[in-house]
Amino acid sequence: MKNDKKNNRGKLSSELFMAALTHGAALATFGVLFFLVIFIFVKGIPHIKPSLFSLSYNSENVSLTPALAATMLATPMALLITAPLGVFAAIYLTEYAKRGSKWVTLVRVTTEALSGIPSIVYGLFGSLFFVLFLGWGYSMLAGVFTLSIMILPLIMRSSEEALKAVPDAYREGAFGLGAGKLRTVFRIVLPSAMPGILAGVILSIGRIVGETAALIYTAGTVAQIPTSPMQSARTLSVHMYALSTEGFHTDESYATAVVLLFVVIIINAASVKISRRIGGRA
Amino acid sequence: MERRVPLKDLKEKSMSAVFFASALISIFAVGLICFFLLSNGLPAIMEIGVFRFLLGREWSPSDVPPAFGIYPMILGSLCVTAGAILIGVPVGVLSAVYLAKACPEKLYRVVKPGVELLAGIPSVVYGFFGMVVIVPVTGNSILSACVLLGIMILPTVVGIAESAIRAVPESYYEGALALGAGHYRGVFFVVLPAAKSGIFAAVVLGIGRAIGETMAVIMVAGNQARMPVSLLKGARTLTANIVIEMGYAADFHREVLIATGVVLFLFVLATNLSFSALKRRGRI
Repeated sequence: MKNDKKNNRGKLSSELFMAALTHGAALATFGVLFFLVIFIFVKGIPHIKPSLFSLSYNSENVSLTPALAATMLATPMALLITAPLGVFAAIYLTEYAKRGSKWVTLVRVTTEALSGIPSIVYGLFGSLFFVLFLGWGYSMLAGVFTLSIMILPLIMRSSEEALKAVPDAYREGAFGLGAGKLRTVFRIVLPSAMPGILAGVILSIGRIVGETAALIYTAGTVAQIPTSPMQSARTLSVHMYALSTEGFHTDESYATAVVLLFVVIIINAASVKISRRIGGRA
Repeated sequence: MERRVPLKDLKEKSMSAVFFASALISIFAVGLICFFLLSNGLPAIMEIGVFRFLLGREWSPSDVPPAFGIYPMILGSLCVTAGAILIGVPVGVLSAVYLAKACPEKLYRVVKPGVELLAGIPSVVYGFFGMVVIVPVTGNSILSACVLLGIMILPTVVGIAESAIRAVPESYYEGALALGAGHYRGVFFVVLPAAKSGIFAAVVLGIGRAIGETMAVIMVAGNQARMPVSLLKGARTLTANIVIEMGYAADFHREVLIATGVVLFLFVLATNLSFSALKRRGRI
């Protein structure tokens, strides 16, 4: 009896210890992360003023409009290049490829490799290939192409998951009704996989908006609204980096961080919402 | 009618060729990246000598004669990454345990999307946060970089570790309870070991994210190109070395920076490939 009690007490205290550990860690994680967001918003929102949104940048107004414009130009351009390619590649992998084919293994290994490459290495490659070898100079186009390689694995993987989640019965039904393979893919499989594909696309928008290291030496850092794709321009993240490391405009840095954070949070919330929708439906 | 069949056939065939070609893009991209990095970086490594480049303790590109040893930066990267893992992984895994096994349903519905959102915060924003909150406490130092990177990898680690924990069959946990284990004992000694493969994946991804991180590290680590001496002193990572000097480097100096990129690239590639090879063999 006595021994039992002792055991129980030992068990209880080790349970308590582990509970404290778990709760403490969770509190630290969520605390720090929420503190970060709240901190930036509280410090930054008072500094958001109309001059930040003037049409052109100078060292007086530190306007973020050119950077915002460059971001909003670069994002659709990169998506336009990568989204079709990535989705087509995923279609090949799920609908066409034979099981255990050498090509499939090679595609998977290289996609995995691409997704692990640090963004600064993409930046180096972009500046070697697009900027120098193809002679595009520091330009939006060079930045966009670098970004589009960077988001390829993201779009491929999410599209593949989405296509795999479409039940085979859909395909069999389409074949049974006399549709060809292509028709089945485009009319039946692709529409049902659309929410998953879209979630991946939105996630890659977030990646593009947040990217800095891959852009500094490809798209350059000129703070004006680009009028042609061959001009250099800085996106919002690059602008944020330039501002905060210059160190002269701390207030404006806070405000720019708020705008950047706001954009990214909206984008990711959209992605989470869409992927929840499919989760709920399946 | 007869004519339409071959046309349809042609369409099917050509589109399947298009799909196949698209799938080859990633192979093509990796090939191109390897070719351009290696062809621009390897000659410089050869000229300096592999050992003098990797193990040289002095980096002074503008001296006469210049010294190009990236050992300080390799150590810098390793220190910062190790510190980030040491901070981020235990906290992240424990938080994942909380989310999967201890979190009330109502709270979960708020916290989980929150953590997912935080995974997307740009590294410059983390870096800026580090500059204004962490640096005033611990200075521009290795420690600041470790703490900041530890925070940055949290969302990734929590996400992957949580799904790994959830993938363990409930019967494991129930079996532990039936044998007299308490709730947490069951979770820590039965469920967690069963989820170790997924948790290992989280660690590997965290390493990849930490070693490849550039902007946030530059903003807090001090970036002195010398051997790391203490946690409270600054250091420079491989990534920082590239970004800081690429802007003004010319000729051979530039090639050496590309070679630095090659080292980084090979390191990340080796980590990822050995992990997936281990996974395929079912060792972890």
